[in-house]
Amino acid sequence: MLSGLLLLPLLAIFILNLPFRGLMQKLSLVFGLFLSVWQITFVILLWMGRGGVDYWSKHFTLSLTCDSLTLVLLLSIGIVVLTTLLVSLQTFSSEKQRFGFVNLVLVAMMGMNGTVMLTDLFSLYVFIEITAVSSFILIAFQRDTNALEGALKYIILSASATIMMLLSISIMLLVVGDTSFAAAGKAINQSAGNPLVMPAIGLFVCGLLIKGGVVPFHGWLPAAYSAAPAAASVLLAGIATKTSGIYAIIRLATSVFANNESLNHILLIAGIISILVGAFAAMGQNDFKRMLAYSSISQVGYIVLALGCGTNLAIIGAVFHLFNHSIFKSLLFVNSAAVESQSGTTDMSKLGGLGAKMPVTNATSLIAFLSTAGVPPLAGFWSKLIIIIALWQNGLHTYAVIAIVASVLTLAYLLIMQRRVFFGIPNEEGQSVREAGFGIVLTESILALITIGVGVLFPWIFNSVVMPISSFLK
Amino acid sequence: MTDLPQVFWLLSIAAALLLITGFYCLIVTYNLVRALIALEILTKSVTLFIILAGYVTGRTGMAQALAITLIVIEVVVIAVAVGIVLCVYKNIKTIDGRSLRNIKG
Amino acid sequence: MTINIILGVLLVLAAVWTVMTARVLRSVIGLAVTSVILTIIMFKLNSPLAAVFELSVCAGLISAIFISCISLTQRMTEEQAATRLKERFSMFWLLPVILVLAGVALYQLHLTPDLSLQQAAPTETDVRNILWNLRHLDILGQIIILIAGAFGVVALFKD
Repeated sequence: MLSGLLLLPLLAIFILNLPFRGLMQKLSLVFGLFLSVWQITFVILLWMGRGGVDYWSKHFTLSLTCDSLTLVLLLSIGIVVLTTLLVSLQTFSSEKQRFGFVNLVLVAMMGMNGTVMLTDLFSLYVFIEITAVSSFILIAFQRDTNALEGALKYIILSASATIMMLLSISIMLLVVGDTSFAAAGKAINQSAGNPLVMPAIGLFVCGLLIKGGVVPFHGWLPAAYSAAPAAASVLLAGIATKTSGIYAIIRLATSVFANNESLNHILLIAGIISILVGAFAAMGQNDFKRMLAYSSISQVGYIVLALGCGTNLAIIGAVFHLFNHSIFKSLLFVNSAAVESQSGTTDMSKLGGLGAKMPVTNATSLIAFLSTAGVPPLAGFWSKLIIIIALWQNGLHTYAVIAIVASVLTLAYLLIMQRRVFFGIPNEEGQSVREAGFGIVLTESILALITIGVGVLFPWIFNSVVMPISSFLK
Repeated sequence: MTDLPQVFWLLSIAAALLLITGFYCLIVTYNLVRALIALEILTKSVTLFIILAGYVTGRTGMAQALAITLIVIEVVVIAVAVGIVLCVYKNIKTIDGRSLRNIKG
Repeated sequence: MTINIILGVLLVLAAVWTVMTARVLRSVIGLAVTSVILTIIMFKLNSPLAAVFELSVCAGLISAIFISCISLTQRMTEEQAATRLKERFSMFWLLPVILVLAGVALYQLHLTPDLSLQQAAPTETDVRNILWNLRHLDILGQIIILIAGAFGVVALFKD
C-alpha cells in the first residue's frame, strides 16, 4: 500500500499526458483531488488499524517504512495538496496553465511522500531534490520578475545545501560504507571519537536547516513565499519546506544521530533565534505574504526548539505543532490568495476594511491568526503548551520564558494585521471587492473547522491520538 | 595498491580545492550563467569525493550508483535553472544579477 | 603515481581557468575540459560506468544547454567587455592565492580516517546489479525528477 502512494501519482501523470488533450485537461483536477483524498483516507484507515498488504506491495516492493511520524506527515501532505488543488481552481483561469500546475503538484506530492517514507540517507537527498525542483518551477510558474528572482535565490541556496549534504554522505560512505539509516545510526553510536563523524553530522544538519528555512539560513524564504503564485505559496508554506527540512531533521535527530548533545544545543539556539527574528521581522512588513513568511520562520523555530529539547514530550509537541502549523499556515495563505484574487494586491497599506465584504475570509483569518498565536481553545494553543511544558520540565527555563514572550508578541502583531486588513471601514478601492469564489471558501471553511476541531476535541484525543505519536521513538 | 593513501590524499586535496573554487566563484560573480557554472563545479567536486570514498573502501559499485544518480539529478536542476535564467532575460534583457536586485528595491 | 599528481593539478587549473576567464563562452568550454579530466581520474579509480556517465552528460549535455543559453542571450559590446575585464581581474586575483594556501594547509592536516568500521568487503560490486536490486528507490526518483524537469521546461517556455 505504501508503494501505491508513490506509484499511483506516477500512473496518474502518465495517464494525464496521453494524447487526449481536451479531455485530459478537464480531468486533471479530478485526478489530483482523488489522489489527495485517497491519501487522507488511507492514513486514517491505517491509523485505525486496518489496511494491509495489497496489490501494489506484492508486485513493487520498495524499501519503505511507515511509523507514526510518517502517518502524521502523510496526513498533512494529503490535506495541503487537497487545499492547493482547490485553490488553483479559482486562481488559475486558463485550463492549460492549471493542467501544468496540477502535474507539477502531483510530482511534488510524490517527492514529499517518498521523503517521509524512506530509510536511506541518499534516497532522502534524491526525494528532497524532487520536491525542490518542483518547487522551483512552481515559484516561477507565472514568469514575473519578482517570482523569477525568488526562484533563483532559492535555487542557489538549495544547491549549496545539497552540496553540504552530499559532502556529508561521502564522509559517511568512507566511514560506514552504507547509507541507510540503520547502518549510519549504528556506526555513529560506535564511533564516538572519530574526528570525521562530527563534521559529517554538522554538515548534513546545516544543509537541512538551509532547506527548512531556519535562521540564519532563511534568506531565500520571504522572497520565495511572497513572490510565488497564490496556490504555489500554499503548497510551499504549508508542507514542502517543512517536509524537506524539518521532517528530515526530526527523523535524523531521533533515529540516526540519537540524542547528540551538541546537536541538541545547536537546535535549541537555532530555534530560539528563529522565533525571535521571525517575530520581530514580521512586525515591520507591509506586504501580507511577506509577513506570513516571517511568521512561518517563527513557528518553525518553535518546532526546532522543541526538537532541541529532546525528551519524548517535547518531540510529541514538535510533531503536533508541525501538523497544526501546516493546517493554519495553509489557511492563512488561502486567505491571502482570496484577498489577492479579489482585490489585486497584497500591500497592506492599500487594503482595509475588507471584513464587511468578505465575511468567511474574515472569520477564518481571525481563527487562523488566533491559532498561530496560541490562544485557547484552538489547536495552536495545545501544541505550544506541550512544547513549553516540555521545555520547563527539562530545566530550560529561559528558553520557555522567551517562547512565551514571543507568543504574546505574535498575538499582538497578528491582531494588528487582522485589524488593518479586515476590520474598519472599506476605502474607495475596497468597495468593489466581493467574497472569493466557491473553491476558496470551501477550503477555508474546511481548514478552519479542522483547527477548531483539533483544538476543542484535544482533551479527548490526547491519549488516543497525540501520545502514541511518540511510538516511533525507541 | 601500496600507494593507496597517497592517491587518496592527493585527489581529495584536489577535490577540496575544487570546492573552494566553486564557492568563491558563486560568491564573487554577478553573471547568472557563471553562477550556474559554479554550481556545476561544486557538483563535480562532490562527485569526486564520493568516487574517492568508494575507491578507498573498495565499494566502487555503490559509489558509482550514487554518482550516477547524482549526475542525473544535477542535470535536471541545471536545466530548470537555465530555463529560469532565460525567462529573466526575456523580461529584463540582461543576465546581470545586480540589476535583478535593483528592480526589487 | 606522478600521473595522479598531474591529473590533480590539471583538474584544479582547469577549474580556476573556468572561473577566471572573461567571456562566459570560454567558461563553458573550461567546464567541459574539467569534465574530461574528471572522467580520466574516475577511470583510474576503477569507476568506468560513472566515468562514462560524467563524460556524456556533463561534458556533453550540460555544455550544450549552457551554450544554447548563451547564444540566446545578448553578447556585450567590446567596450563593455574591456571594463568588465578590469573589474573581473580585481575580483578574481584572490583566487589562486587562496587555493595555494588552502592546498598547503590541507596537506599539513594529515587526517587519518578510521576505516576500521568497515564491514567485510561487499559481495556485490557490479554497478548495474546494485542499481537495480538495492537502490530501486533511487531509480524511481530519477524517473520522477526527469518528469518534473520535462514539465518544468514546458511550463517555463510555452507561451
